[in-house]
Amino acid sequence: MKYLMPHVIRFFLVILIMFSFVKITVAQEAEVGQTFSTTVSGLKIRSLSKKGQFVEQLAQFQNPQKTVILQALVDGHLFEIREDGRVVIAAKKSGKYSIVLAENGDDLGLTDNSAIKKIKINNRLRTQIRRLIANLQLSSPDVGLRLKAIKTLSKSIKPDDLNTLKILAESEENSSVLDALELVFALDNINSSDRETRLLGIENLKQKTSFKAVSRLQALLDKDSEGQFVEPDKEIRKQAKSALVKIQSRLNTYEVAQTVFFGLSLGAVLVLAAIGLAITFGVMGVINMAHGEMMMLGAYTTYVMQQIMPNNISLALILAIPAAFMVSGIVGIGIERGIIRHLYGRPLETLLATFGVSLVLQQAVRSIFSPLNRSVITPEFMSGSWQINDFLAFTWNRLYILFFCLLVFTCLLQILKRTKLGLEVRAVSQNRNMAKAMGIPTDRVDAMTFGLGSGIAGVAGVALSQITNVGPNLGQAYIVDSFMVVVFGGVGNLWGTLVAGFSLGIANKVLEPFAGAVLAKILVLVFIILFIQKRPRGLFPQKGRAAES
Amino acid sequence: MLLKYFANEKESAFILMILASVTLIIPTCNLIFSAGSVFYFSAYTVSLIGKYLTFALLALSLDLVWGYCGILVLGQGAFFALGGYAMGMYLMRQIGDRGVYGNPDLPDFMVFLNWKELPWYWSGFESFPFAILMVMVAPALLAFVFGWLTFRSRVTGVYLSIISQALTYALLLAFFRNEMGFGGNNGLTDFKDILGFSLQSDSVRAILLMSSGMILIAAFLVCRWLVKTRLGRVVTAVRDHESRVRFLGYRVEMFKLWIFVFSAILAGLAGALYVPQVGIINPSEFSPLISLEIVVWVAVGGRGTLYGAIIGAIIVNYGKTVLTGLLPEVWLFTLGAVFILVTIYMPDGLVGIWKRKWGGAKP
Repeated sequence: MKYLMPHVIRFFLVILIMFSFVKITVAQEAEVGQTFSTTVSGLKIRSLSKKGQFVEQLAQFQNPQKTVILQALVDGHLFEIREDGRVVIAAKKSGKYSIVLAENGDDLGLTDNSAIKKIKINNRLRTQIRRLIANLQLSSPDVGLRLKAIKTLSKSIKPDDLNTLKILAESEENSSVLDALELVFALDNINSSDRETRLLGIENLKQKTSFKAVSRLQALLDKDSEGQFVEPDKEIRKQAKSALVKIQSRLNTYEVAQTVFFGLSLGAVLVLAAIGLAITFGVMGVINMAHGEMMMLGAYTTYVMQQIMPNNISLALILAIPAAFMVSGIVGIGIERGIIRHLYGRPLETLLATFGVSLVLQQAVRSIFSPLNRSVITPEFMSGSWQINDFLAFTWNRLYILFFCLLVFTCLLQILKRTKLGLEVRAVSQNRNMAKAMGIPTDRVDAMTFGLGSGIAGVAGVALSQITNVGPNLGQAYIVDSFMVVVFGGVGNLWGTLVAGFSLGIANKVLEPFAGAVLAKILVLVFIILFIQKRPRGLFPQKGRAAES
Repeated sequence: MLLKYFANEKESAFILMILASVTLIIPTCNLIFSAGSVFYFSAYTVSLIGKYLTFALLALSLDLVWGYCGILVLGQGAFFALGGYAMGMYLMRQIGDRGVYGNPDLPDFMVFLNWKELPWYWSGFESFPFAILMVMVAPALLAFVFGWLTFRSRVTGVYLSIISQALTYALLLAFFRNEMGFGGNNGLTDFKDILGFSLQSDSVRAILLMSSGMILIAAFLVCRWLVKTRLGRVVTAVRDHESRVRFLGYRVEMFKLWIFVFSAILAGLAGALYVPQVGIINPSEFSPLISLEIVVWVAVGGRGTLYGAIIGAIIVNYGKTVLTGLLPEVWLFTLGAVFILVTIYMPDGLVGIWKRKWGGAKP
C-alpha cells in the first residue's frame, strides 16, 4: 500500500491536468467543432498567431500522437504534402524523405524533397510548443523526461507552471526530480517580494549544486556601474555570500573528486599499457621495446573488427577484445621464438632487436592502413557522461576503461596465482636455473609469458582506441610512460604496477592545473628519475636472490 | 714512428688515413675545381659529408660509454642536441637585426612571442668562445648530474637505458614548450653568419667540413689514448665485471662518471658542428628515436673498437640518404631489419665480420 500511494497520487495529478485541459477543450471544441485531424491540418496555416492557437488546441486532445506531432514541429520535421495537403512527419533517408502520416503514424513510404513542404514556425512559437511538451512530459513515468520538462519550464517560469510543479512536487518521490523542483522553487523564492521568503530561498539554494544557483547568488552580490550594490538589502547580501561560500567549499570537493577521477582514468590507461610489460620484463628480464606496437596492433584490430561489422559497433568492440588478444599474442610469440630466444641473457641486445621489430611493425601498419589516423567509433553505451551535478561529470568511456583495467588486472592476477602457467611463470621469474632444474620447460614458459604479455598489450590497445587516435605512432606515445610505470612500481610485481600506474596518473593530473600538461609530465619524469636513485628497484622490489643479479 | 704507434692496429691507421684524406681532399676539390669537372664536389655533397663526420663523432662518443664501459645510453642524442642548441644560440645572436622583424636584440621567435628582453641564459652567447665553452659545459653538466645520481645509486643495465631514454624524452617535451625560450617547436634556424662569414659560402662550408674532420680525428686519437690509459682499462674492467672491480677497491661510479661526462662533451661538440652545416636545430633531435639510431650506428660498425663506430655511422647514414631518397617507405623497414639482424647475427658488427674473415686477430 505504501508503494502504491505515490502512483495513486500521480494518477490523480494526471487526471487533474487532463481535467483542466478537457474542460477547456470541451469549451473550445464546442466552439470550433474541430476534430483531431482537422486541428492537425490547421497547423499548415500561414499566420503564426493562428498557428499558435492550433498548437494550443492540439495539446488539449488526448490523442497520444499529439506529443509526437508537437516534437516534430519543434524539430522541423513536420511537412505537408504539396499534392494533397496532408500533414506528415518526414525523416531524411539516403537523399530522400521517409514520411509517416502525422495524425496516426501510418507509413507513406519514401518521397522526394520537392514533393513536400516544411511547416514553418518562429522562435516564439517554438518556446510556446516546448512549454506545452514540457507540461505534457511532467506526468510522464520516465524520470529523464520529467527532469527535461522541469528544465524547459524553469527557463522562464510562469505562475501557472509553478503551480503545476508544486502539485507534482507533492507526489514526486524520485530524489533527483525533487532536487530539480526544489531548485526551481528556491530560485522563485528569491524573486519574491517578501524578505522572509527570499531568505528561505537563499537558505535552500545553499544545498544546491548547480550553475543556476551559483549565478543567481552571484547576481545578488553584483554592483552596478556606479559601484552600488544592485541588491539593497544588506542581510540578503550577507546570506547570499555565506551561501556562496558554502557552495564553493562543496565545489572544491567536487573538483578534487574530478581530478582524482581524471587521474585514475589516466592511471588505468597507464596500468593497462604497463601491465603486459611488467610480466615480460619481470619474468624474462627482457625490455620489449615493441610493446607499444602490440598495443597499436590491438587498436588496429578494433578498427578492422568495426570495418567487418559496421552495423554492430558495440558487438565489434566486445569481440575485438579476444581478437586483439589473439593477434598481439601470436605476434608476441612470433617475436619471442624468432628473435628474443637467440638473445637470451643479453638484455641490452634484446632491447635493440625489439626496437627494430617496433620500427618494422610501425612501417607495416603505415604501408597497409595509411599513415593517417583511423577513426574507431565509440559505441553508444560508452559515449556521453554520467552527470552527477552541474559541476561533476564522469565520462562513460573513461569509467569503462577504469573498470576494464581492474578487470584485466584481476584476471591476470588470477592467471598468475591459480593456473599452472602462472606457477611456472613465477618460478622462472624467481630463479630461472632452479626452475629449469625442477623440470619446468623454461623455453615454453618464456614463449607463453611473452605471448600473454603481448596479448594484454593488445587488449590495452582496444581500450586505447576508445580514447586516443588510432595511428602508427600510438605505441610510441605510451612506451616511455609504461616503462616508467614498471620501473617505478618495481619489476615483476603486478601490485607495484597497479599502484605506480594510478599514483603517476593522479600525480600528473594534480600537477596539470598548476604546471600545464607538458610541464606536469616532465616533472613526473624527473621525479621518477630521482626516485630511482633512492630505490633502484622500484616501490615494491622483488625479494630473493634473483633481485641481486 | 707513426707505423710503430699503430703497429697492432692496422684498421685504426687505415681509418685515420681515409678520414684525413676526406677532410683534406673534398673541401679542396670543392674550392679549386669548378662545377662540371670530374673532381668537383657540389656544395650539397660537402654539407652531406660534413654531416656524416659529425655523426661519426657522435657515434664515437657513444662507443666510448657503451663499447668500453658497457653503459647503453639511450639518450646520447640529448647531449648532441644540447651542444647543437648552444651553437644555435650563438648563430641566432649573429643574425642581429637582419631577422624578419629587424629587432637588434631579440631573435625573431621571441619578438613573435612578445618577449621584451633576452632571458638570462641567452646572455653571453654573442661571443664565440663563450658559445664553444657552453657547447661543452651544457652537456657535461647534464651528464655529470645525471651520471652522479644514477651511478652512485648503482642503477645499471636496462634500468639505466630506460632512464636515459626518459631523460631525453623529458627534454624533448621541455624544448617543445615556447616558454623555454629556445624557439619551441620550430627550434632555431635561419642562421646567417659564423664568425662574420656567411654560412652559405663555399669556403665556410669547406672549412666546417675540415674542422669536423679534424675534430673527429683528434677525438678519435684522444679516445684511443684514453682507453689505453689506466682509467680506460679500469673502465673496460667495469664493463666486464662491475662488482669485481668494486671489490678490488676501485670507485666504480667515479670512473663511469668521468667517461660518461667526457663522452657527453664529445657529443655536444658533434652537435655544435652539425648545426651550422644543416642550418637548423629543433627539439626533434631530442626524440628517443634519434638516440636509438645512434646506437644502431655503433652496433652496425662494431662496438668497443672506436673506428667501428665511425664506419657504422657513415655507412648507416649513407644508406639512409640513399634509401629515403629512392624508397622512403622502405627506410624504416630496413632500419628495423638492421636492428634485428645486427643484434642476432653480428654482435661485433661489420668490424667483427672483417676481423673473423681477414684479420685473424681477436676483436
